[in-house]
Amino acid sequence: MISKQEVERIAKLARLELTEEEIIKMQKDLSSILDYMDILKKVKGGKETVHVKNDLVNAVRKDEVSMKESHLPEDLIQAAPNKQDMYIKVKAVL
Amino acid sequence: MSELLDLTISQLHEGLRDKKFSSVEVTKTYLSEIEKKDPAVEAYLAVTKDRALEQAEAADKIIATGKSFDPLCGVPCSIKDSITVKGMQATTASKILENYIAPYDATVITRLKNAGSVILGKTNTDEFTMGISTENSAFKVTKNPHDITRVAGGSSGGPAAAVAAREAVFSLGSDTGGSIRLPASFCGIVGLNPTYGSVSRYGAIALASSLDQIGPLTKNVEDVKLVFKVISGKDPKDAQSHPYEFMESDHSLKGLRIGIPKEYFAHGIDPEVEKIVRAAILKAEKAGAEVVEVSLPHTEHGVAVYYIIVPAEASANLARYDGIKYGLSVQEGSNLLDVYLKSRGRGFGKEPKRRILIGTYTLSAGYYDAYYKKAQEVRNLIKKDFVEAFKKVDVMFAPVSPMPAPKIGEKTNDPLSMYLMDIYTCPVKLAGVPALSIPAGTMDKLPVGLQIIGNYFEENKILSVASQMEKILQ
Repeated sequence: MISKQEVERIAKLARLELTEEEIIKMQKDLSSILDYMDILKKVKGGKETVHVKNDLVNAVRKDEVSMKESHLPEDLIQAAPNKQDMYIKVKAVL
Repeated sequence: MSELLDLTISQLHEGLRDKKFSSVEVTKTYLSEIEKKDPAVEAYLAVTKDRALEQAEAADKIIATGKSFDPLCGVPCSIKDSITVKGMQATTASKILENYIAPYDATVITRLKNAGSVILGKTNTDEFTMGISTENSAFKVTKNPHDITRVAGGSSGGPAAAVAAREAVFSLGSDTGGSIRLPASFCGIVGLNPTYGSVSRYGAIALASSLDQIGPLTKNVEDVKLVFKVISGKDPKDAQSHPYEFMESDHSLKGLRIGIPKEYFAHGIDPEVEKIVRAAILKAEKAGAEVVEVSLPHTEHGVAVYYIIVPAEASANLARYDGIKYGLSVQEGSNLLDVYLKSRGRGFGKEPKRRILIGTYTLSAGYYDAYYKKAQEVRNLIKKDFVEAFKKVDVMFAPVSPMPAPKIGEKTNDPLSMYLMDIYTCPVKLAGVPALSIPAGTMDKLPVGLQIIGNYFEENKILSVASQMEKILQ
């Protein structure tokens, strides 16, 4: 069983605020799901990558600006909940 | 005009071409059917009537020029709410995106619009497409049109139910672990999960990027082909998309080698489902196909691998919902960290939280090797299983799910038993091969699908085989 402290630690890493009730439920759910994953322990091999038809290798593109929709930056900033002029506002970092 | 609701895409195309009816008439017929049926089925999260009628008028203008037009022109469809359409909501059934309006079109939407399709609205899904029943939607549970006490399947339950209830001619959904094939099977329609990389993911709200694929849900096999033709192919905006062009081809059932993966009939399958799938296989054999037993030895590990890889990728993909850039923002507390914690804590539902936690756990120091790295290794073995099997056969036939549509609420308290519903659909995804579900029969009125699995980029072979199967299964 995963400890309560462990769930709290992971939740903090994941930037998730959980209620007391949620923490207890997740403790149970995570434990049973992770126990199920144990069936992988006995599997051997698989260290080599399997290449298949039409595999892409290093799909790269030229480092060019390809902005076709001129309103996109404004539209994207409009989607921010807290903004001023063309800036996204955030609270103090510390 | 309710007979319009029975028409497939090519039948609508002929009718529009011959001026038997207009796109506005077809669109109005579908809109009034939605009004009538959707209060019970609950396939739609939003119906955009005015926009749909504008698009239908535009399509009628194209048709009136008398020049040739795309088969999808003037044809009304529904779009899963996890795919962005400019100016429309894209909630992916999450409270964290409840008021989000997409500022751009997904590439598949650009292609549908260029073809002249009419978008009726956005359809329901499990939150962030995480689920098999739409019971994880933050807004509503979509009902199975064949029995409204049962689920429509998921995560593309809204798109599937919309087609089955005649509330759309076709839908676009997405498949990460079975999310197109499973609801298609439960709702008695056709659904294609394309080869990974054959359809652009640009504008598909990401769950697990190494698996996500957009695909069509339709009334029949020919319709899948017509939609797939339009949405597939290289997109510079998705680095994982392939320079792929769909080419139709004929593959007669006579002499076709059909593989039957023995592990897919091993245990846990409902005997009635097995009977229906085996009967379909027998019909193919009678039509001249050679049926060969094959083995996919790592099938039993598929669900475990899948539920390590998906939460790991999801925990990274869902980090973007921070209360700053878009979506729900809880401005309580004194600093930036509080905004993150509270916006995410209140915005995400149970299943995204569960998966973010599992993903964060398996990727964290000390656990990475035991879970994530191990899962990637076993994923290689699963992929190899498929590569080996396709050296011996042309396609594989299998069940889609071990049982027909469950009752609403039947499985909601046990996430693991929900996860196991993906047992026959998620290995296909881990390998990256294409697969389609077509109706094979019914048990107590509940549809059961047959899964046809193909080799990489052989959608044409799947579709050719499926259209022959469609005829002999009727």
